[in-house]
Amino acid sequence: MLSYSLKRLGLAVAIVSVAMLLLFAMIYLIPGDPAAVALGPRATEAMREALRIKMGLDQPVWIQFWNFFINAWQGDLGNEVLSNRPVAKVVMEQLPSTLALIVGGMAWSIALGIPLGCWTAVKRGGMADRIVGVFSVAVIAVPSFVVAIYALLIFSVSLRWLPAIGAGEPGDIGDQLVHLILPSLAVGLGWVGYIARMVRASMLEVLEAPHIRTARAFGLPDRQITYRYALTIAILPTVTLLGVGIGQMLSSAVFAEIVFARPGVGKLVYDAILTRNYPLVTGAVLVTTVLFILINLIADLVVGYLDPRVRSRL
Amino acid sequence: MNVLGIRNLNVTFGTEGGPLRALRNVSFDVPRHRIVGVVGESGCGKSTLINAILGLLADNGQVESGQILFEERDLTQMDSLEMQAMRGSRISTVFQDPMGALNPVISVGKQMLHIQYRSDLGRTEKNARSVEMLRRVRIPDPKSALSRYPHEFSGGMKQRIAIAMAMMMEPVLLIADEPTTALDATLEVATIELLQELQAQIGCSVLFISHHLGVIAELCDDVVVMYAGEVVERGTTRQIFHDPLHPYTERLLRCDPAGQSTRTRHLPTIPGEIPDLRDPPKGCIFADRCDRRETICETAPPEVEMGGHRACCHRVKP
Amino acid sequence: MFGVVLVLLMIGGAVFADLLVAAEPNRISPRDRFQGPSLAHLMGTDQLGRDLFSRVLHGGRIALSVALISIAASLVIGVVLGLIAGYGPRWLDNLMILLFDAIKSFPTVMLALALVTLFGPSLTAVMVVVVLVNVPGYARIIRTQTLALKSAQFVTAAQSMGAGTARVLRAHVLPNVIGPLLILASMDIPVVIAIEAGMSFLGLGVRPPTPSWGAILNDGFTAIRDTPWIAIAGGLPIILTTLGFTFLGETLRDVFDPRLKARG
Repeated sequence: MLSYSLKRLGLAVAIVSVAMLLLFAMIYLIPGDPAAVALGPRATEAMREALRIKMGLDQPVWIQFWNFFINAWQGDLGNEVLSNRPVAKVVMEQLPSTLALIVGGMAWSIALGIPLGCWTAVKRGGMADRIVGVFSVAVIAVPSFVVAIYALLIFSVSLRWLPAIGAGEPGDIGDQLVHLILPSLAVGLGWVGYIARMVRASMLEVLEAPHIRTARAFGLPDRQITYRYALTIAILPTVTLLGVGIGQMLSSAVFAEIVFARPGVGKLVYDAILTRNYPLVTGAVLVTTVLFILINLIADLVVGYLDPRVRSRL
Repeated sequence: MNVLGIRNLNVTFGTEGGPLRALRNVSFDVPRHRIVGVVGESGCGKSTLINAILGLLADNGQVESGQILFEERDLTQMDSLEMQAMRGSRISTVFQDPMGALNPVISVGKQMLHIQYRSDLGRTEKNARSVEMLRRVRIPDPKSALSRYPHEFSGGMKQRIAIAMAMMMEPVLLIADEPTTALDATLEVATIELLQELQAQIGCSVLFISHHLGVIAELCDDVVVMYAGEVVERGTTRQIFHDPLHPYTERLLRCDPAGQSTRTRHLPTIPGEIPDLRDPPKGCIFADRCDRRETICETAPPEVEMGGHRACCHRVKP
Repeated sequence: MFGVVLVLLMIGGAVFADLLVAAEPNRISPRDRFQGPSLAHLMGTDQLGRDLFSRVLHGGRIALSVALISIAASLVIGVVLGLIAGYGPRWLDNLMILLFDAIKSFPTVMLALALVTLFGPSLTAVMVVVVLVNVPGYARIIRTQTLALKSAQFVTAAQSMGAGTARVLRAHVLPNVIGPLLILASMDIPVVIAIEAGMSFLGLGVRPPTPSWGAILNDGFTAIRDTPWIAIAGGLPIILTTLGFTFLGETLRDVFDPRLKARG
């Protein structure tokens, strides 16, 4: 287990490093002089030159990269242009709101997806199975920002059931949860379909397994066979994919935050692009990428923990 | 006194090519405290028979007619909850594949605990009972075995654990579905002896399914020979092995490698294939492959009985 | 069947857009601002008085051409990189896999946002995003298949007959891997359409006044409280097209490659 974890960790570190390299290449290739952008049009050439030296832009590329690399690993992502605050700090302030959105999306997709998948596997071939099948494909296909806009249109503008904008009063958990319902649904709806399909497929496979026949032959109740003996195995491939799912939800969160005017990393990046606050853009992209890699790592380790067969091989 | 009595059992599967009559007029008994072997080639209906008894036929399978009398009650008339109450407590099963028969993500102790869900004992007593059963099937260090997972045991040990689970509720009838086929020869002997020992201790009857004639001869009191979904001959082990009446039984005995008296280059086989059960022949089911076929064989043969030894063949005269 | 109908409707609408509606997609008519759906304007008009139905049909052209061009480019690049990874030396293979994993570890929209800062908002940026997102997947499939075929007997036989690497790849490896790849690529069409619409929705894709479903949706979002039909007009074609292509892709997959079905 330990050596497996270390190996996965090493791979994750390597991938983060390559991602940093790619991101650095991107910043480096951005046309225009970052110092000029930062100082605005009225700065003198001398001021620009001073800032260039301060930012290390006069150094050779590889030294620039090395500094970026070392600083990034130490959590120093530079300062943002507008208020000169540390990028890492600004991003971290917005992260909890985005994480709440993703956890909400996860909650929707798990709470609806697993029962739907399980139910349709047990009742395979029936009317409900077919309806849920079409529903799953549909919610996977439709992009989250369309779901977000239509949800806003239906539940906030027309029916006026749920609030349209903001994240709710700070400190008022109930209000915040109410504000979370629609955005998290927009983020998680597609994955309801994914999880339902995946759980259904692996449930069908597991229900055919010899050990399920054994469990039936020992007279165990159907409920226990379905949920304890089959679902615990059928859920494993889904857990691995939840890592990927969270990555997609990070993407969807950008749209949900903009549509529902919620604070968060997605809104932060979007606003940073509009104000040409490049260090903030790259910093936020790097943070979310590391987060995504970390989540995938955790998902793999969780599967290793849940499946005793994998656990012993590690 | 019979524990199990199968009476004219017919089982049909709905398939794309029409109804498949997997079992036709199957009748035999499993008397109390006896071990009855069912022997036949693959595809003869052995698995269907087990599933029919357990009430676990696939969705497209159906008992058309006949009775499965277990302790005087007809299992075919029971609803699924009544059947569930029978399985695991009164009728228990050991399956062929020890590798896949146990749930891979639930510890052995938990699985044994679940099987005892109908018992009133407390958790500690149930675990003690599990340890006791594991000790009886000679699992080393049975206490720590409870917290281990199936993949941590060898194939032979897994099969012994499966036997312990099957015997745990002291069933009246144990169905053993080729329990030794997946094991190598030395383990096979040990497993047979273990089954015999436990059967004597618990005093249950055993329905032992196998295509291995040597094991059947060793273990069983009575033998049922099945071919293509029909019982072609049944009797005591001695009757079947020393005085086979049906041509199919004769051929089967001749094909057994262990029964070869002289050295040959070629093992004898039975030429031909099992008939299509969606359209079985009108007369004797074995006629196509029988080397003593006569014109009369195109009509259905009667069952002839001689001192408890029965066979379905025109050539057998009482 | 449903999928085929939707896809044909979409392609037909895009191709014959000019014949189907008289109104020009970009003609501003301040007098007709914010009109609800009527016979004259089937889907109503937007904040500049432009006919939404015409904009939706012309937006289909943008969506379709972005999807086809960027997927074709991803396929070509993916196949080449995959063959190199599968057939080349071991160290290059490892390096490329690491690179693919690194690219895939960026959340798609974050990567797109980063690239837009690099290129500026444009359809080119959108297409580069699509290529970057798709290439690792395609290349991986080609690589795996190539590795498997590398040791296959008929390839070894061809090599022993003196066939060069390029010839072996073209004549023996490629025909065996291209089928499943095309099916996967067809299933990526709705994803690409969603990316284009999403970027245009954020104002980071097409430049105004070019009609794009995402841009229409954004116009509608701005005016959502008073004139919901603009948002509906922008969202509906996205929903119908992604559904249509997804159902079509599923059908194609089931018909041509039942093996993939077992996996999904």
